[in-house]
This record gives sequence, structure tokens and C-alpha cells, in this order.
Amino acid sequence: MTRNKPWLAPLLSVLFFALFVGVWYLATSTTAAPTAGPAVDPEYAALLGAEAATGGQSAMPGPGEVAAKIWEHVLDPFYDRGTNDKGLGIQIGYSIARVLGGYLLAALVAIPLGFLIGMSPLVYKALDPFIQILKPISPLAWMPLALYTIKDSGISAIFVIFICSLWPMLVNTAFGVASVRREWLNVARTLEVKPIRRAFLVILPAAAPTILTGMRISIGIAWLVIVAAEMLVGGTGIGYFVWNEWNNLSITNIITAILLIGLVGMLLDHLLAWVARAISWRE
Amino acid sequence: MTQPFLKIEGLKRQFPQAGNPDPDPVFEDVHFGIERGQFVCVLGHSGCGKTTILNILAGLDEATAGHVIMDGREVRGPSLDRGVVFQSHALMPWLSALKNVEFAVRSRHPEWSREQVRAHAVKYLEMVHLGHAIDKKPAELSGGMKQRVGIARAFSIEPKMLLLDEPFGALDALTRGSIQSELIGIVEATKQTVFMITHDVDEAILLADRIVLMTNGPRAKIAEIVVNPMPRPRDRETLHQQPEFYPLRNHLVDFLVKRSRAFAPGADWDPKNPPLVYPGAPARAAA
Repeated sequence: MTRNKPWLAPLLSVLFFALFVGVWYLATSTTAAPTAGPAVDPEYAALLGAEAATGGQSAMPGPGEVAAKIWEHVLDPFYDRGTNDKGLGIQIGYSIARVLGGYLLAALVAIPLGFLIGMSPLVYKALDPFIQILKPISPLAWMPLALYTIKDSGISAIFVIFICSLWPMLVNTAFGVASVRREWLNVARTLEVKPIRRAFLVILPAAAPTILTGMRISIGIAWLVIVAAEMLVGGTGIGYFVWNEWNNLSITNIITAILLIGLVGMLLDHLLAWVARAISWRE
Repeated sequence: MTQPFLKIEGLKRQFPQAGNPDPDPVFEDVHFGIERGQFVCVLGHSGCGKTTILNILAGLDEATAGHVIMDGREVRGPSLDRGVVFQSHALMPWLSALKNVEFAVRSRHPEWSREQVRAHAVKYLEMVHLGHAIDKKPAELSGGMKQRVGIARAFSIEPKMLLLDEPFGALDALTRGSIQSELIGIVEATKQTVFMITHDVDEAILLADRIVLMTNGPRAKIAEIVVNPMPRPRDRETLHQQPEFYPLRNHLVDFLVKRSRAFAPGADWDPKNPPLVYPGAPARAAA
């Protein structure tokens, strides 16, 4: 049925979105009506000033306010008005740079090491206990250790990204390399192919789809972790932005940032998926 | 006494078994020779160790005892001197047909230029009538075409000997027939020495000058070596009209259905010199 109505799914998406916005609007606008609750404590009103006029109203903004905020950020993404007030573009840029830095470092370590582990059952057995123990550790648990030894919060965040992207790439590379079809290796053997040529022309392309799967899992995890890491280390980045806006109680900014985090995460995942498609092969 | 081009002496292969230091060998006491330019088929049921023998000849497996001597040198490990066509074609799916063959040519001639490698690979792909499909990936080729690429790849390194491991087992009869004819054509043109495994009697009669008959495993042995009395090149369409065809075929089928199971060597049976048999041509045998 969906085959001859390609517009049906997008239409449903729009419908769901409208429904969601509608519910959101209704939920936030009802609270705006003055409620017959207890009167505002005069001392509290003095502390809050104009804010107190809204009474006990929640700070939860409606869709209109958020849309206006998003538009504001879209118009001026790179402003810089001091340490605690930078544009979303700058903040997300810091986060992307950190993620890519830690991620690429991890790839540089994990792919060659994974190759070695996959090629040699001995190395695999020797390193397996370490991998088993280190893999389930939450990357944020490394943070204090990183801060203490590196003494630089920015590099510590990169280190945390490095450590969390390492394991999926390492394990997948090792698995991909170890499970290269024996018959292709036999072809290489009967052709007296030298080890380096075999590694790059037979094993690497054969294992590439599995390696890419690991890389895709890693970038997803790295993007999840960067937000938390930046909340901890502070200074710059989208995670810090979210935490800072929480302190400012600017829910509109938080929601904007949440949407942006999702958008960038999706783009990163699609990028890796595109690379994976380009190097995958079909039998 | 002159040595044959390829000599197999006292070959035996045991596969390790847990808790059994001396398991039954798959085959033992296997002796035979192949002359230069000869096409030899091994015929036997599954489990008699045909593929293991081929893998030992290819250098991909090691014998428990015995050795293989080719052209005066002992076979130790794989070599470009022996081209292998694998049962499952073993093409690399990320490379086009041309690149698969080029990979082999480049291994054989690392000093060649890109154009030389390409021209050589194309020549062998055209030999198996795949000139039109050289840029296709294996996934886009039919089973028969894949196996043709595998054959082109093995021939392209111009090995001293070609090893074929049931290359047509997975193909339909029509495709099999046309690739068999192509194989005959290339073998005639290149005077290639070939060792091939099959369990198809008609294929053996069509292709082989000598048919090595193996008994069932474990402890498989060479019962006898049948000499194909019909001269080369043999033609699939007229073969069955020749007087020698049915006696030969009956002899082989008879071996597969009865004697391979209950092979009882006579007093004069010597594993070092398996008897040569000339079914349908008693006059030749006497000569």
C-alpha cells in the first residue's frame, strides 16, 4: 500500500508533529491562566521582582517561544559576549571538535590494534581480560583520573571521548579481521601474496563493513558522552551550554540545545552510514 | 627410471581427535604420479579425502606422512607454480571480475606496468568468454560466470600445474557442459598439466587422461588408475558414440557403487604402484 503512496509516511510524520506541538501548546498555555492558588509571598515577590507577577507559573515555555528562540539562534549562531554567553554555533563547534579529536585518536589506536588482535589468537587471548574489564567502565568514571593526570579540562574531555569510542572500534575490527573468509586467505596464500599486501588488499576490504559498524557505534556513543563530559568540565561546548542555561533557568535555550544535539547526532550517524554503504560489498 | 612431473609418495593424513592420539587416517599409502601435460581426475565418494589431497598439493594443508615432489622439488607451502580453482570460486566480492584476475596477475608479475597487467587479465577473461563482463562485481555474475572468473584467475598466473577442486559441482548441467568445453579448449591451447577432483563420472571421462579411483574413507586408498582409451581432444557430443565409452563408464560406475565400499586388494595389489586399468580396450592393456 505504501508503495504507490510515497507521500503517506511523510504526511503521517507531519501529522504526528502537529499533534505533539498541539498537546505541548495546550499543556503550557493552561498554566498561564491565573490560578486561584495561595497569594504570592511578598518577600518572595521582592526577591523575584517582575517574575513574581506570573505567580507560580512554570518556566516551561510553549512551542511559540521555543520557535522564536530557535529563530534567534539561527539568525546569530556565532555571537560571543564573554565566557558565559556564546552563540550555539560556537558551542556546538567546540563539541564537534572535541568529539572528532577523541574519535579520530581512538580510530588511530583501535583499528591497528584490532587488526593485530584479529590476526593473532595469542594477542587476542592475552589482551582479552583487559578489554573485558575496561570496556564496561562508564567513560565519565575516567574523568577525575584524566583531570588529575592531564590537568587540562579540554584535553580531559577529549580523553573521555577517546576512551569511550575505543572499545566498539577495537572489538569490531578484531572480530572483522578474525572472521575474514578462509577461502580468500587461501587465494592470497596460493598467490604468494606478501603480508602487507594481504593486509591492505584482502583483509582490510573484507573486514571493512564490520569495522565501519564499530565506527558508527562509536560516534554515536561519543556524541552521547560529550554532553555529559562538557557538563562536568565546563567552559565551552553544547553540554556546558545546557548546564549553564539550566542555571539561568532558560528552558527555551535548553530545548533548543536538545534539538540541536539530536540534529548533529543524526548527521554524524548518517555520515558514517554513507561511508559504510560506499565500502560495503555484496556477495 | 624417469621421475614423473609430479610424484606423490606415501601420502597420509590424520586429523587430530580429542582423546585419540592415533585416529584413523582419512587416507594413507597414497602413491601416484602425473606426467607433464596430463589431465588427471580423482574420482571417489565424499569423505575419501580428495579435497585434502588437493589441498596438500596446493600447499594449503600438510600431510601427516609422505611427500609431494613437483618438477624435482618438494612441495612445501603454497606457490605460484600451482594455480587453484576453488570449489566455491573464492572470488573477492569487493573487486570486479577484472580486478580479481588482475590481483593474481599482479602477484605473479609485480614488475609489470598497469597496462601489461590489465591486458594479460583481459586476455584470460576473454578466453573464458567473459570479455563483456569484466567490470561486473561477482554479485552481479551468475554461478557459472563466477566459476569462469575463478578459472581465468588460475590460468592467468600460468602455473606449472592447475588444481581444480570440484569446480563445476554447484552448476547446472547446461552451464557445466559449456564451461567444460571451454576448459578443454584452454587446456589444449596451453598444454596445461591438470589435477582435478570430481565425483561426476561423465566429467571424468570427458576431461581426464587418467582417472584415479579412491576407495571410501577412512583409510582411503587408491584402488586403481584407469586409463582413458579415447584420444584427446574429446568432444562431449560424440564421446558417447565411441566404442570405448560404455565399457569405461560402466567400469567407473561399477567402482563407485560397489567396489569403492568393499575394496579387497588382491595379493598382487601394491599401493606404491596402483594397477593401471584399460577398460574397454583389452588390446591396449596387453600391449
